[in-house]
Amino acid sequence: MFKKILIANRGEIACRVIKTARRMGIATVAVYSDADQSALHVQMADEAVHIGPAPAAQSYLIMEKIIEACKATGAEAVHPGYGFLSEREAFPKALAEHGIVFIGPNPHAIAAMGDKIESKKAAAKAKVSTVPGYLGEIADAKDAVKIAGEIGYPVMIKASAGGGGKGMRIAWDAKECEEGFALARSEAKSSFGDDRVFIEKFIENPRHIEIQILGDKHGNVIHLGERECSIQRRNQKVVEEAPSPLLDEKTRNEMGAQAVALAKAVNYDSAGTVEFVAGQDKSFYFLEMNTRLQVEHPVTELVTGIDLVEQMIRVAAGEKLDRKQADVKLNGWAVESRIYAEDPFRNFLPSIGRLVKYRPPNEGSAEGLTIRNDTGVYEGGEISMFYDPMIAKLVTHAPTREAAINTQSDALDAFYIDGIQHNIPFLSALMQHPRWRSGELSTGFIQEEYPNGFEPRPPEGEELKVLAAVAGAIDHINNVRRREITHQMDGTPVRFSNERVVVLGDTSVELLVEGTLGGPVTVVMAGEDGQNDTLELASKWWPGDAVWSGVVRNADVSVQVRPILNGYDLAYRGIRMPVKVFTHREAALAALMPEKVAPDTSKLLLCPMPGLVKAINVSVGDEVKAGDALAIVEAMKMENILRAERDGTVTKVNAQPGDSLAVDEVIMEFA
Amino acid sequence: MKAVIEELEKRRAVARLGGGQKRIDAQHGRGKLTARERIELLLDDGSFEEFDMFVEHRCSDFGMEATKFPGDGVVTGWGTINGRVVYVFAKDFTVFGGSLSETHARKITKIQDMALKNRAPIIGLFDAGGARIQEGVDALGGYGEVFTRNVLASGVIPQISVIMGPCAGGDVYSPAMTDFIFMVRDTSYMFVTGPDVVKTVTNETVTAEELGGAKVHTSKSSIADRAYDNDVEALLQMRRLLDFLPANNMDGVPELPTLDPAGRLDPSLDTLVPDNPNVPYDIKELITKVADEGDFFEIQEAFAKNIVTGFARMEGRTVGIVANQPMVLAGVLDSDASRKAARFVRFCDCFDIPIVTFVDVPGFLPGTAQEYGGLIKHGAKLLFAYAEATVPKITVITRKAYGGAYDVMSSKHIRGDVNYAWPTAEIAVMGAKGAAEILYRSELGNAEKIAARIADYEKRFANPFVAAERGYIDEVIKPSSTRQRICRALNMLRNKTLENPWKKHDNIPL
Repeated sequence: MFKKILIANRGEIACRVIKTARRMGIATVAVYSDADQSALHVQMADEAVHIGPAPAAQSYLIMEKIIEACKATGAEAVHPGYGFLSEREAFPKALAEHGIVFIGPNPHAIAAMGDKIESKKAAAKAKVSTVPGYLGEIADAKDAVKIAGEIGYPVMIKASAGGGGKGMRIAWDAKECEEGFALARSEAKSSFGDDRVFIEKFIENPRHIEIQILGDKHGNVIHLGERECSIQRRNQKVVEEAPSPLLDEKTRNEMGAQAVALAKAVNYDSAGTVEFVAGQDKSFYFLEMNTRLQVEHPVTELVTGIDLVEQMIRVAAGEKLDRKQADVKLNGWAVESRIYAEDPFRNFLPSIGRLVKYRPPNEGSAEGLTIRNDTGVYEGGEISMFYDPMIAKLVTHAPTREAAINTQSDALDAFYIDGIQHNIPFLSALMQHPRWRSGELSTGFIQEEYPNGFEPRPPEGEELKVLAAVAGAIDHINNVRRREITHQMDGTPVRFSNERVVVLGDTSVELLVEGTLGGPVTVVMAGEDGQNDTLELASKWWPGDAVWSGVVRNADVSVQVRPILNGYDLAYRGIRMPVKVFTHREAALAALMPEKVAPDTSKLLLCPMPGLVKAINVSVGDEVKAGDALAIVEAMKMENILRAERDGTVTKVNAQPGDSLAVDEVIMEFA
Repeated sequence: MKAVIEELEKRRAVARLGGGQKRIDAQHGRGKLTARERIELLLDDGSFEEFDMFVEHRCSDFGMEATKFPGDGVVTGWGTINGRVVYVFAKDFTVFGGSLSETHARKITKIQDMALKNRAPIIGLFDAGGARIQEGVDALGGYGEVFTRNVLASGVIPQISVIMGPCAGGDVYSPAMTDFIFMVRDTSYMFVTGPDVVKTVTNETVTAEELGGAKVHTSKSSIADRAYDNDVEALLQMRRLLDFLPANNMDGVPELPTLDPAGRLDPSLDTLVPDNPNVPYDIKELITKVADEGDFFEIQEAFAKNIVTGFARMEGRTVGIVANQPMVLAGVLDSDASRKAARFVRFCDCFDIPIVTFVDVPGFLPGTAQEYGGLIKHGAKLLFAYAEATVPKITVITRKAYGGAYDVMSSKHIRGDVNYAWPTAEIAVMGAKGAAEILYRSELGNAEKIAARIADYEKRFANPFVAAERGYIDEVIKPSSTRQRICRALNMLRNKTLENPWKKHDNIPL
C-alpha cells in the first residue's frame, strides 16, 4: 500500500479523499493555487504544495506542476478527484512516466470511455443501446444546424471532453442550435481546454439513472447499484439519491449487467460511472461513462457501506476487489443535496464572497438516521469566483426513502450560511414538494415545477403554526430576559401581557405564550376546529443563537433566526420571511402604518451577480426590444446574457467590457 | 364621592381625546400615531403616569380664550422601559398643531426638572408646528426655559429626541441639544426655516423632505442619528436603545443577563483580514462577532460610513464601539468621521460607558476640500475626545494604524488603557510605498531599487512588533481570541480611577 498520496484537486473532494487516506494510514499532500492558500483541504492535508495562480488553467490543470509536487514530497500516487485532470488520458500517462501511480482507470479506458464520442462508438460495438446522434466532429454552426436537422429537434449539444452541465446546451430549433453551438464550444474551451462538441437526440421527459461500477487490475468488475440524478437545473445535478424510485430489481440487474459488460470490454480498473437516460417505462439508453469518482458517490457509499475512495486506492495499489457482485447489498435509502453558492431568488445566479457564517448540521448516526456533510469550506473562508460554486454535499441515509427525505429536510433547516447567497431555501422547499416525495421524477422536474424560477412560498397549515409558535417562543425568551435588566425601579414589578400577535408577511396569528427562561414554553393558538391548539416547545435557544433548535409537539424542529429591526427573519422548510411579534396594542397600531413602496428599478439594468463585463451589446440611443441581449457578464466561468425585460431606449451606459461589477450595480439606464 | 369620581373620569376622557376624534383620524391618515399612542408603545404596558393632563393655556388674544383643550398640545409624564424609569413628553399634533405656548412649555420644563432631579433619562417625541404665534413672546420665553434645562441636563442624564412629524423654527433647538435625535422616514422633517421662507430669502425651491427629511439629516447634515420607517419601528427601537443606556452619569451601565460565554473563541476572525492589504473587509463582522449575542445598536449608520459607532454589550454590560470601516474610503479619517466619532466618544465618557476601539486607518484624508473644511480642527475633536475620556478604553488594531491617525485612534499615548494588536497590524508613520518614496527620493527613477526599498520598509514596519517592542502595544493577540481578551480587560478595568484636573470646563475645538 502507498505511504503517501497527492490529491490533485481542491474543495470538498480533496477533503473527502484526505479523510479516507488518513483512516487508511496514508499520508496526504494537497496542492493549492493562490486563491486557495487558506482553503480547508490545505489545512487538512499533512503537506501542501503551491502550484500557481488562481485560474485553474494555470494551476490545477497543469500536469507538470502536479508531477513536480509529487516529486518534491515523495507522493507515490495521485488521486485526481473529479473535474480538472481526472479524465485526461494524458495525465495517467505522464504520471506513469515518472513512476507515479494514478488512482483511477488506465489511460486506455479513459481514452475509450472518457471521450463522449469514443465512448458511444465503444458502447455501440458492445451492443449497448444508445441514443440516436452524430458522433463525428462538427466543423461549425452551419454544420451543427444541418446535423441537428437530420437527427430531428430537440437536440442536445455537448462538450466531448466535458462532464456535468458545463458546455452543454439543448436546442429546440435552428436558431437555438446555432447559438447553443457557439456557447457550448466556448464553454468547452474555457472549462476543459478542448472545444470539440457533439450533437444527439434529446429524449423528452427522461430520467437520469447511473450505475456505479468498480473494477480492479485483475479483470474483476462489479456494480454497486444505481443512483438517480434526475433533479437537475440546467443539466447540473442538484439532488441525487440511491436507489432510484423508478427501478425494480430486474431493470437494476439489466442495467448493472450492461454497465459491467461495457467496463470489462475496456478493461476498466477503478471506480467509474455508466450513465443512462431512462424513460418512464424503464427503458434505458447508454448516455456516457464517467471514468472518475462522481460528485454524488456518497449516496452509493451510504447504501452499500463501501468507501469508494478506499476501493480506488486499493485497486490502484494492485489489490484485488475484496468482494463479489453477490456480496453487494443495498441497504436503506440515501439522499444528497448539493449546496451551491447561488441565489435561488435571483434565478440561481452565482454568489461569491466570504462565508461570514457557516454552520452545517451535526454529522453522525443515531437511531438508523445518518447525516454526512462533505465540504471544503469553513466559517471565515472564501467562495472564490475561480472555481465551482459548490459549498457542500449534504447526504442523509435512513431505512426508507421517506425517512431519508425527512432527515435531509431537517438537516437543511439547521444548515446556516451567511455572507453569500445559497440554494438551501430552494433545496428545503424541494424536500417538501409532493411530486419529489412521490418519486415521479424527470430531468425536467425543476423546469416543470418551477417554470418561473423559485419563489418563496407562504407558510401554511402546520408549518405556519410551527413558525408562529417558534417566533412566539423566541420573542418570549427575549422579553423575559429583558425584564431581568438591572437598575429597575423598586416596588411592584412591571406586568407584561402574555398575549402576542405574530405577523408573518400578510398573515397574523394570535398567541398566548407562557414559560420561564430556560424552561419549556407553551404556546396556545386557535385550531381549525375552533378549539384552542396548544403547542409545547422545548429548546435551549438563547438570543444570538443562529438556529432555534428544539422540539415542537414532540417533533424535532430547526428554524434559522436572523435578527432584523424589531423582529426576526425566520427560515424553515424553504420558507424565509420576516416575522414580527407584537402585543395586541402594538399590532393594532402597526396596522395603521402606511406601507413603504420600494424604489422603482424597472428602468435600470442591474448587474445580477458579481462578475466581469464581457460585452456591452448596445449603446446610448439604441432602441431595444424585450428579449434583446444587452450585455454579457461572466461569473464562475459562466457567461450570462442579460436581456431587456421590456421595450425601451438606452439613455446611459455605465459599464464597459472589462469592468468588474458588484451585485445591483447599474449597468445601463433606459427611458 | 361617586359623582366626583365620575367627573374625574369624564374630564380624563375628554383630555385623552386631545384635539378630538376627527383630528386623531387625520393624524392616522398621515401615517402617524397620536401622542398618547406613541407613549403607549414607548413605555411598559400601563406604566405611564400622566402629569398636567388638565393644563390649559392662558392666552386671550386673537380669540384664543374661546378655544381651549386640556393638556395644551403636549402630553407629559413618566413611566418605565423594562422596569427602568424614564420621563417623557410628546407633542400632540391634534391640539393647536402641537404648537408651544407658555403653559405647554411649563409642562415640558416640569418634566425636565424632575428628570434631572431624579437622574433618569428623558425622551421627547416631536410633532409640532413651532411657537404658538398668538402668544408671541410668551412662547419664545417658553422655548428659552426648555433650552436652558436641556443644557443643564446635558451630560447628567441621557436626553433623547424622536422627530415624528414637523419640527421647525424654535422647536429644533431643544432636540439639537439632546444626546440623540431619531427621525421617521417620510413623515418627519426638521429645519430652522421652512421651504416658503427659503424661497423668499434665497429663491431656492425645495420641498420639506429635501430640506429637512430623514434622509437629509441622517446622511448629509448628520443632525439625526438614525431613521426608521414608521412610528412603531422607531418607538420599539427606542426601547432597545434605552436598554443600553445608563440612567445618569453616576449609576453606571445597566447589565442584561446573557449566556453568551465571555471566553467564546471565533476562529473565523483569523481570516477576517484579507491577505492583500488593499482588499477591504467589513468591520461590522468583527463587531457583531465580538459583541454579546451579535447585538449592535449603530449610531449614525448612514453618515460618515468610514467610521462605525454604536452600542454593544460585553458580558451583559454596555460598551461604546468605535471602529474604522475599511469598506468605505479604506476607513480613512476625514472631517465628518472625526466629528461623528468625537461626539460618540464624549457621550460614552459622560455616562461611564467603556469604549472599545477597532483600528484600521490609513491616515487622514488629504485634499483641499478637507483642509478648507477644517480637517485640522475636526480631527482635533476626535483626538481631544479620546484624550480627555477617563472611562476604560480598549483598543484593538486589526490592520493599518498609520501616521497621526494612529495617535488619534485611542492610542496608548492618549491614555488608552489596554492596547491590543492583531498579528496583521501595521503600525507605521505611513504606508511602505509612500515612506520608501520619501526616504529614497533619489532612487525614484529606478523602479527596481524602489521596489526593494518598499519591500524592506514593509518587512521592518508592516507589523505590530516594532510598536510592541516599545510598549505602545500591550499585547499582540490572535484575532479569534478578541472577545475573550476584551471581556477580561473590561473586568480588569472595572475600578479604573482617573480624574482630569479641575476646570470649569474644557475648551474642545468646536
